[in-house]
Amino acid sequence: MSNTVIKIENLSKSYLLKHQQTERYSTLSETLVKKTRSVFNSKNSSNKTVEEFWALNDVSFDVKQGERVGIIGRNGAGKSTLLKILSRIVAPTKGRITIDGRVASLLEVGTGFHPELSGRENIFLNGSILGMNKQEIQRKFDEIVAFSEVERFLDTPVKRYSSGMYVRLAFAVAAHLEPEILIVDEVLAVGDAEFQRKCLGKMKDVSGEGRTVLFVSHNMAAIQNLCDKAVYMKRGEVQMIGDSEKVISTYLKGSSANAEMNLADRNDRSGNSAIRFSSVELKDTSGNILAAFQSGKDAVLNLKFDRIKGKEIKNLHIAVAFDDEFGQRISHMNNEITNEIFNSIPDDCNEVEVHIPRFPFKHGLYTFSLYATVNGELADWLNEAGTIDVESGDFYNTGKQLPDGQGKFLFQYNFKLPSKF
Amino acid sequence: MSKHKIIIEPGTENSNYWRDLWNYRGLFYFLAWRDILVRYKQTVIGILWSVLRPFVTIVVFTIVFNKLGGFPQDGDVPYAIMVCAGMLPWQFFSSAFSESANSLIANSNLLTKVYFPRLIVPASTVIVSLIDFLISFVILIGLFVWYQYVPDWKILLLPLFLLLAMITAMGTGLFIAALNVKYRDFRYVIPFIVQFGLYISPVGFSSSMIYNHENIPQYLKYLYSLNPMVGVIDGFRWCILGDNTALNISGFILSIIISILFLFLGIWYFRKTEKSFADVI
Ligand SMILES: Nc1ncnc2c1ncn2[C@@H]1O[C@H](COP(=O)(O)OP(=O)(O)OP(=O)(O)O)[C@@H](O)[C@H]1O
Ligand SMILES: [Mg+2]
Repeated sequence: MSNTVIKIENLSKSYLLKHQQTERYSTLSETLVKKTRSVFNSKNSSNKTVEEFWALNDVSFDVKQGERVGIIGRNGAGKSTLLKILSRIVAPTKGRITIDGRVASLLEVGTGFHPELSGRENIFLNGSILGMNKQEIQRKFDEIVAFSEVERFLDTPVKRYSSGMYVRLAFAVAAHLEPEILIVDEVLAVGDAEFQRKCLGKMKDVSGEGRTVLFVSHNMAAIQNLCDKAVYMKRGEVQMIGDSEKVISTYLKGSSANAEMNLADRNDRSGNSAIRFSSVELKDTSGNILAAFQSGKDAVLNLKFDRIKGKEIKNLHIAVAFDDEFGQRISHMNNEITNEIFNSIPDDCNEVEVHIPRFPFKHGLYTFSLYATVNGELADWLNEAGTIDVESGDFYNTGKQLPDGQGKFLFQYNFKLPSKF
Repeated sequence: MSKHKIIIEPGTENSNYWRDLWNYRGLFYFLAWRDILVRYKQTVIGILWSVLRPFVTIVVFTIVFNKLGGFPQDGDVPYAIMVCAGMLPWQFFSSAFSESANSLIANSNLLTKVYFPRLIVPASTVIVSLIDFLISFVILIGLFVWYQYVPDWKILLLPLFLLLAMITAMGTGLFIAALNVKYRDFRYVIPFIVQFGLYISPVGFSSSMIYNHENIPQYLKYLYSLNPMVGVIDGFRWCILGDNTALNISGFILSIIISILFLFLGIWYFRKTEKSFADVI
């Protein structure tokens, strides 16, 4: 009974990263110019700007029939890429996958929905896009409508739907697929909590019928609830496979081992390297190096970078973005918003500091990404540059803490009676 | 269950490509249905548009070429009927070609989120143009009634030439659609081809003017018939105008060969590049 339905062997996928170019497609004129240039100048550096990047690197694992497998990992770990290859949307660069069974994938809710068409029409359209035939859709039509709870608006164009209704309808169609293998990317993040519960329940039922489910999510609770097995991916490689509880806890802790904040030899980055972040240090205001920040204490984030010798740096724009342990963006610091763009950087300077008074995050582990442009051109962009550990601190100077589960952000406020009293 | 066994490997040709295409015919039907619904929902007078546009062009061409330019008609068929016999296939070609050439970009979210044989997308857009063509056929019938013109049996062969027009539009459309994914310059090439094509195709005039002209050297005449739409339009006229027009056989055969060559080239290039569409688009 427990035969292998998906066998992934040494799967790799590479992309060519083109620096200084934001679009993945090119224009013909550009290609012609480059080609001619390389004809006339054979050792031209034009291929310097193209860099091979492995979105998946030697991934191997098996999935047995009826298993519910969760795939976790930080942004850019290669989860969606893996699902896309499994769904035959993109081709692998190396390796081999054998799949035994009818596959349906749900990489996005409501793919192919057309805003001008009514809910009824979109059920048929979306159903056929997901691989159902007309009889199948007709047979399940009433069930789909009941699940979506949008009966009254069936003949309204979906552009008039609220975003919640839209998601409900779209998920309702997908939930009635009857494949042997169901592949689901981060799609539950949308929709309200109750509907998410309903969807998870539906997915559980689906797998109860002996179907295999592959499920990507940043929601650890959902993974724990639904999946018995989990795969932890990191920078394109499988870091750990096993019992979902164990994998999740390794994943949540594992990120602090990642805190070697030496960035010089990271190459999963893009930009023209006019500056290139080399290391990050946490400091206090007197310049002492810290292992972690503390809520409510003044903090200094010191960013060091490499630069091209003798070349001046003009209009340096830097952004630092923070994500929580579930990959949700918490906030973002940016010297453009604060009108603090550096018009020019002295020749012998290779660091900038961000001063953050009374560090406002609750205790926990936060990932940050770095981004810099020089003179309007992307210089360096490093996703998940590192993690910052934040310890509990006395933010409110009362010795009391915000209870767990009450959010991550701390800010100053005062309770008062209106002045007339 | 082994019925659904698939192996995914880099670079392997999908040996079941055509069977896969057949299995996904439902999606083909739904995409065409979507395009038709959307097309006739968004416009106020919907169907009327597909008649009005060619009709006005026919009137203008008849006035400009025949009344002002003094171009001769074929035999004793009213000039407007001759223009109409060229305009309908031309309109079909130009809309089928540009819609399919743009179709992959227009459906890029489908391409990156679901698997299906990519050929379905450009192929399904041709159906909308086909419906438009059928609707605009009432113009021709209207002209028949107005001029009290009765076509002969050859009009029954019209579907063959419609097929030829479809082959031409598909071949060129597939080729440009695949190129358009990688090189966005082709966005600008598409309207250019359509406009330029109108000048070198016998829409407002009759091909016999070219073929029977003494001052045009032979090689230019061959060059002229390299345009596959010359074959299509001449074929349409041959069906509709009956004995009033003569078909230039060698030119016609050349056009057909070019059309079919384009179809093979289009399919070949499309299949060669389709695996990377989702990576690049
Ligand atoms: N078409 C593409 N061209 C170039 N790079 C790509 C392409 N698709 C994905 N990548 C890169 O591959 C890496 C893995 O991306 P992927 O979408 O699989 O991440 P993920 O694990 O799903 O992340 P998230 O949690 O944010 O969804 C990323 O660095 C991404 O930039
Ligand atoms: Mg993803």
